[in-house]
Amino acid sequence: MPPNPEDAMYLGEVIGTCIATQKAPGLKGLRMLVVQPLDEHGNPTGDRHIACDSVQAGPGDRVFLVGSREAALAFEPSFVPVDAAIVGIVDSVDLDRRENDA
Amino acid sequence: MKLAQVIGTVTATAKHPGYLGHKLMIVVPIDASGQTIGESQLAVDTVQAGPGDTVLVLREGTGVRQILNEGTPPIRSLIIGIVDEVDSA
Repeated sequence: MPPNPEDAMYLGEVIGTCIATQKAPGLKGLRMLVVQPLDEHGNPTGDRHIACDSVQAGPGDRVFLVGSREAALAFEPSFVPVDAAIVGIVDSVDLDRRENDA
Repeated sequence: MKLAQVIGTVTATAKHPGYLGHKLMIVVPIDASGQTIGESQLAVDTVQAGPGDTVLVLREGTGVRQILNEGTPPIRSLIIGIVDEVDSA
């Protein structure tokens, strides 16, 4: 099960911004950021993609995202054609000690 | 619903209002014998699960909204049970 914008909630790092002038009307006013999905140890995993931001994240921030239909819910009440949304900025990730020892 | 094991927690101060008051956990999918079968992902906890617990993860938005009953939060994965035991042939 890869960190897949189609079907999960996952960690990522913002690595850039994306600007588009010509776009679907529902995307107006949304910040689009380039995201590299990360595993629980902070290592890159999966493909980079564009996600819309709901929490004022910026390049360098470690974030968590939601994909699929639920991504659009982050921007209600307007209808948005979005399939990946940044919904939090990560302060810390704490792993189970047993997992770290393994 | 998927079997998974909780391996950690994520804390975040700046987050979407739909996540306020919820615990966010890192889970890895496992098979019936406890072997890891995929990469980690995140899930919101509703059953006071903790690291090391084997849990049931719901990954379907409509069910999530019914269980949370908080409108339409942008949440897709929910921990909805702590597994005591799995018997499989």
